[in-house]
Amino acid sequence: MDKSVIIIGAGAAGCEAAYRLAEAGITVELVEKENETGGNLNNWHQLFPDRKQAEELRRTLREHLSHPAIRVHRGVMPVRWERTENGGFRVEVNDGALLESDALLVATGFQTFDARRKEEYGYGIYENVVTSVELENFFANRRIATSAGVAPKRIGLIQCVGSRDEKTCNFHCSKVCCITAVKQAIELREMLPDAEILCFYMDMRMFGPGYEEMYREAQEKYRIKFVRGRLSEASENREKQVIVKCEDTLVGKPLRMTLDLMVLMVGMEASESSRSIARTLGLELAPNLFIKTCDPHYAANRTAVEGVFVAGCCTMPMNLTETLHDARSAAMEIRNYLALNHKP
Amino acid sequence: MKLEGKQQIWKDYQKEIADDRYYYARSCIRQTFFPGSEWAYLDILGNKLGKTVLDDPRHTTCTGIGYHSDVVPVETIMTVVARHFALMTEAGFENMTPSCITSFGIYTEILHTWEQHPELEEQTRDFLWKATRREFQKPKNLAHTSDVIYKFRHEIAARKRYSLTDIHTGRPLQVVDHIGCHYAKMFPSKGIGGAEFPAVLSGMVTAWGGEAVDYPERRHCCGFGFRNYLVLANRGFSVANSKKKFESMQPYEPDFIITNCPGCAMFLDKWQYTISELEGTTYGKNGYGIPVLTYEEAAALVLGYDPWDIGLQMHQVSVEPLLDKMGIDYDPAKKYQGKDGKELGRPACPTYLKI
Repeated sequence: MDKSVIIIGAGAAGCEAAYRLAEAGITVELVEKENETGGNLNNWHQLFPDRKQAEELRRTLREHLSHPAIRVHRGVMPVRWERTENGGFRVEVNDGALLESDALLVATGFQTFDARRKEEYGYGIYENVVTSVELENFFANRRIATSAGVAPKRIGLIQCVGSRDEKTCNFHCSKVCCITAVKQAIELREMLPDAEILCFYMDMRMFGPGYEEMYREAQEKYRIKFVRGRLSEASENREKQVIVKCEDTLVGKPLRMTLDLMVLMVGMEASESSRSIARTLGLELAPNLFIKTCDPHYAANRTAVEGVFVAGCCTMPMNLTETLHDARSAAMEIRNYLALNHKP
Repeated sequence: MKLEGKQQIWKDYQKEIADDRYYYARSCIRQTFFPGSEWAYLDILGNKLGKTVLDDPRHTTCTGIGYHSDVVPVETIMTVVARHFALMTEAGFENMTPSCITSFGIYTEILHTWEQHPELEEQTRDFLWKATRREFQKPKNLAHTSDVIYKFRHEIAARKRYSLTDIHTGRPLQVVDHIGCHYAKMFPSKGIGGAEFPAVLSGMVTAWGGEAVDYPERRHCCGFGFRNYLVLANRGFSVANSKKKFESMQPYEPDFIITNCPGCAMFLDKWQYTISELEGTTYGKNGYGIPVLTYEEAAALVLGYDPWDIGLQMHQVSVEPLLDKMGIDYDPAKKYQGKDGKELGRPACPTYLKI
């Protein structure tokens, strides 16, 4: 089958779909706006729930891209699109290259919530407020320190920052923040055995295999304290500590606490690229601004535009396992589509 | 604290403030507790900055105190506000500038409600017509009077006689701000700097030579809360809120508190006396309290107005330590004299709070 697919986005979904399509004998043009592939996975140090080094998965995905049927275009973005006479796609990218294909796969992923929008938490203003993404970087560098360069004695991880939050217009659950917080709390405990570590949560949504076990272990073995209550505000004192207020809804009392380091578990939002490509291709967006699929159950990789497919977190928040499954599912959908539309 | 982070928020939350021709809506209570503030505002706008401000005697309470105490229904307050707009329209003005934070919040809320529910605006127009035979245009611009002073803060700085500086040490005065809850907490986009890091007062402080100091309980309510204070049994709650703020700001040794809300100015001033009588605690240096200024009083001091002309003798917490720091020339003997030179009487001396 002499067919080709253009994939926009070389994150986990784009890379995996590219490999699966290439294995099926389909030529792939993989377009990535950054200079390296991997997408948001590049920001992660360890994966949950097995604590595998993210680099291992990145390496696997990278190695697969050396498949002879895959051409990777790094540091470029599509600038112009048109349909070809036979229903395919012609895409011009900003380095002048003109790519043609029989189908298009959008795998533009997600972006993390900009924590500055949650103004009451003081991210970007208070010195010891960081995001979960920045904390991964701390782990990679094997150093956890406050702005004064000392090890924090009390750390708070704040759930649902930019998720399930009407004020930020994000009603959706980002799914992975709960388990990320559990994993990060355990990593913190391993690096700082004497620190007090607290997670402030609304619900702990432990939906994946091994998640609930990890959550239990975090409490029993790693002495992580879980407080059910959403933070109302944070402020900074003279020592640059963060004073947080919330209601402990299990105890039924307001709570005020001083933290040396506050970590905001930033949620997932549809990426700018997803929204822009959706506009260009005429794809419908769901109310949460992720790309709407034809059917959430039976056609989750198809869109209303013929020949345009979607995979990964451009359609909804997913964990890595789901993202990779979704990419394989999209590859299979595309194979079927190309087989049905095959003109010898 | 990272200033650049705040500056980004301040850039995000700016609002349009009319340049001239303001219809002035007085506060119900400010004339009683801070009698020089509204006069100083009108004098600064009219005589120093050359702006036209209409101080309309026909203007009444907005009924906000009753509304927030659940004794005035929303239909009533909307009709009262509609009458204010009618008075403004009849006078040929388009820019509404309430002196009270609660009125500002109420005008903002009602305009927003009418935008979302045009049928309620129509109903209000009907009520107003039946009750008064008046019609109105909605204001083209709505700004709190602290917004107006903020807008002209640099013009005021250019005319200043005194700086917010300690003349003995040369250091900028350390100033904590307290923004009235109804300024931007309900509609962040309607406040300079938004709700979390408002710049309306800190912007004035900086422009006039002082240093705005953030403190952990800066956002906390002063405790007025209408029913908290109006219902006698709740007053302990009101005092407790102010106390929480004083304890939070005290380590920063502020030279004064600046506020833009009638109730906040009153409670942050008067509750210092109450707390001192209740438990012997004072929050300033050497047994004094922390002086509380309205933004008009601060502007007037910077411009060289006589402290007693702007009513600072009506404050519970003594302002003299602050006046001395700023090097302001004042006559202590005239503190309790009327304009005709007659003695007005002196307040009783508190047990603990030095005055």
